[in-house]
Amino acid sequence: MTQPLNEDQEQFRAVVDRFLTDKSPTTQVRRLMETDRGYDAGVWKQLSQELGLAGTHLPEIHGGFGFGPVELGIVAEQMGRHLYCGPWFSSSVMAGSMLMLGADEQGRESCLPGIASGESIATLVLDDLTAPARVGQHIHADLLSEGATLSGHAGIVTDAHVADLLIVVAGTGTGRGLFSVAPDTAGVEITPLQSIDPTRKLCRVNFEAAAAIPLGELSEAAMEAAWDYMSMALAFELIGSAQVLFDSTIDYMKMRVQFGRTIASFQALKHKSADLLLELELAKATVRQSAHELANGGQEPWLCSMAKAMAADACMSVARSAIQLRGGIGFTWENDTHLWFKRAKSSEVFLGSPYEHRERVMQMMERSVA
Amino acid sequence: MNGQEREAAIIAEVTEWISANWNPDLSLQAWREILVDGGWAAPAWPEACHGRGYTEAEASVVSRVFRQHQVVGAASSGPRGLAAETILAHGSDDQKKRYLRKILTGEHAWCQLFSEPGSGSDLAGSSTKAEFIDGRWIINGQKVWNTSAHHADYGILLARSDWDLPKHQGLTYFLIDMHQPGVEVRPLRQMNGHASFNEVFMTDAVVAAEDMIGGIGNGWAVAATTLSVERRGFSRDRSVQSFAGLSGRVYDEYQEEQRIANEPYTWYPQRAGRVDLILSRARETGAINDPHVRQEIVRLLSMRKGADLAAAGAAAMKKAGTNEVIPAGSIAKLAASEIARKAAHVHTMISGPEAMLAGSDSALEGTIAEILISVPAISIAGGTDEIQKNIISERVLDMPREPRFDTGPFRDIARNTADT
Repeated sequence: MTQPLNEDQEQFRAVVDRFLTDKSPTTQVRRLMETDRGYDAGVWKQLSQELGLAGTHLPEIHGGFGFGPVELGIVAEQMGRHLYCGPWFSSSVMAGSMLMLGADEQGRESCLPGIASGESIATLVLDDLTAPARVGQHIHADLLSEGATLSGHAGIVTDAHVADLLIVVAGTGTGRGLFSVAPDTAGVEITPLQSIDPTRKLCRVNFEAAAAIPLGELSEAAMEAAWDYMSMALAFELIGSAQVLFDSTIDYMKMRVQFGRTIASFQALKHKSADLLLELELAKATVRQSAHELANGGQEPWLCSMAKAMAADACMSVARSAIQLRGGIGFTWENDTHLWFKRAKSSEVFLGSPYEHRERVMQMMERSVA
Repeated sequence: MNGQEREAAIIAEVTEWISANWNPDLSLQAWREILVDGGWAAPAWPEACHGRGYTEAEASVVSRVFRQHQVVGAASSGPRGLAAETILAHGSDDQKKRYLRKILTGEHAWCQLFSEPGSGSDLAGSSTKAEFIDGRWIINGQKVWNTSAHHADYGILLARSDWDLPKHQGLTYFLIDMHQPGVEVRPLRQMNGHASFNEVFMTDAVVAAEDMIGGIGNGWAVAATTLSVERRGFSRDRSVQSFAGLSGRVYDEYQEEQRIANEPYTWYPQRAGRVDLILSRARETGAINDPHVRQEIVRLLSMRKGADLAAAGAAAMKKAGTNEVIPAGSIAKLAASEIARKAAHVHTMISGPEAMLAGSDSALEGTIAEILISVPAISIAGGTDEIQKNIISERVLDMPREPRFDTGPFRDIARNTADT
């Protein structure tokens, strides 16, 4: 059953919320999203070194806090709420989780401390962003007597342009392996792409016989587990964004007067609001439970995918309505609504669309019965 | 005494009383007389009214011991609980004395006479007429959606005693004898063929002066008590002990009582959409291999899961005393409607043309067909979806109320033309 946050968790949430309220107001988001690098190095340093957020869920022996999925969710929700611009998700959540769950001991030892402290910015190179089973078909590893070389490409990689460490999943012919590559290695080409959400910087990554360090074979179970972790965290980001949009939209309707009354007094809009609240509450409850499921390994392994699908759908419903209910002003660049709308749209399809996550749920349910 | 000692003491006392008194060969009525005399029929009620003044938690310990020993408890089926709680809260000593005992023993069955053809969602718009003539109340009007009224001995009745006051102030609450010439009960057949409810016609029906409850013009406040008990009941577990396979006269009579009491509700699971049947049906028919059906199934199961978790989360929040407002009741009600509609949609997809069939010619002996024609009820019963959305937007989101057109004397307010 979903538990309310305990006192420590609530305090942690408040600290993260305060920090981001201060460091990531929309004025700052707008400034950073226009830059090529996309983040403020000073804020990243404070966030990772003073607050330790880059190592929230990473093991203590590797310099992390050693918290679990629930605390990771708390941070991710605030990231979505405040639309934080920076490599936290790429480095800590994606590369960090993949290493934690899939790398051999030496790989974890060499890569995780830098990620946990924020001194290193890593990203995870996945050659498919739709489902874990499809990853590893476009990047191929040739294992040498010492080390390996990678060839192939990943069409969309977050924050690769600012990363000093690429963690790569590649096909090995017999299965999949995890590799690390320095971005300045010969044969690595990183090309920034234009993104629909300017707060999430995207690149294309090409490898042409690029030298890589093998970090161990990647089992199917580890790949699936990492996908669950990333999906869960992204779902938390989505509900954080959805809540901001929902609350601000209700506030706007109570203020906006037309035909001599606030538009919040029109029943058509009240009912629309109740529908949105329902969709959001169901998504929030499922997302929160997915963190507990991941922490405790319960009976419903599909909850992370279920959560990602519901959160994405709910956030998009709220985002669409946030614009619609504001009318023309909601479609302007000046109004902040589009900032969250674009993050929602990008997150909707990042790491598996709702369609793909629902299919994954169905497959997991079928396996659990069989 | 701490909590554990208290519980142990209750268990010991109940157990001892049961071993001294329980006899499954008595008639149901005779057994319940003993039960009431022993003070164990309703331990959460006050001592002056057959109870022991126990907390809900203490009372649930008693029920648990009863279940363990397979002992039949007080009558609790149907709308009688609504009547009992209302009488406990607002009734005179004389009313408590005359009515409560027979509710517990099952001697008297009750029904609720609130909704009218002209006032459904707008319950306070009731236009059943109550006039005080020659020392007694004369009732004229029509009620509807009265579950079990055809078995009822008494009814809890909301009627208008003053047409010149604003609508909420002119209502009075009565306890009415259903066995009299002025009361006619007609079954109301629903679109799914069942007749779980009735229409009740009152023509110069009589209520004695001492059967008014809560005072003249105070009917809306008394009805609010009944409605809050009813809402609590919606979230309560409907399952009762079946005592199946046990022999003894008490058990036999109890099962017959339950059969009659549960008759109106046999289609209620179908009304909720039978999400539990979805996966097995999809496998049996092979629809589970259709990518579109798979998507819809997971959408449905996700809603179901989310609604269960939201309800559990709200309960946990309440227990933890956090300030976060979770609009549990209305959200659960609205979610149930959406889930049921979605379930009917998915059942339809899974069945394909077979969804044209009904009864024994159709899947699961008509269960699927019954789902498809019962689901439209769930978004109406117990407060329509539209009313729930008003409640959520006004009480949770603090959006302004609808402008009102029903202030001032009731007789000047626009009403349905079929009304008198």
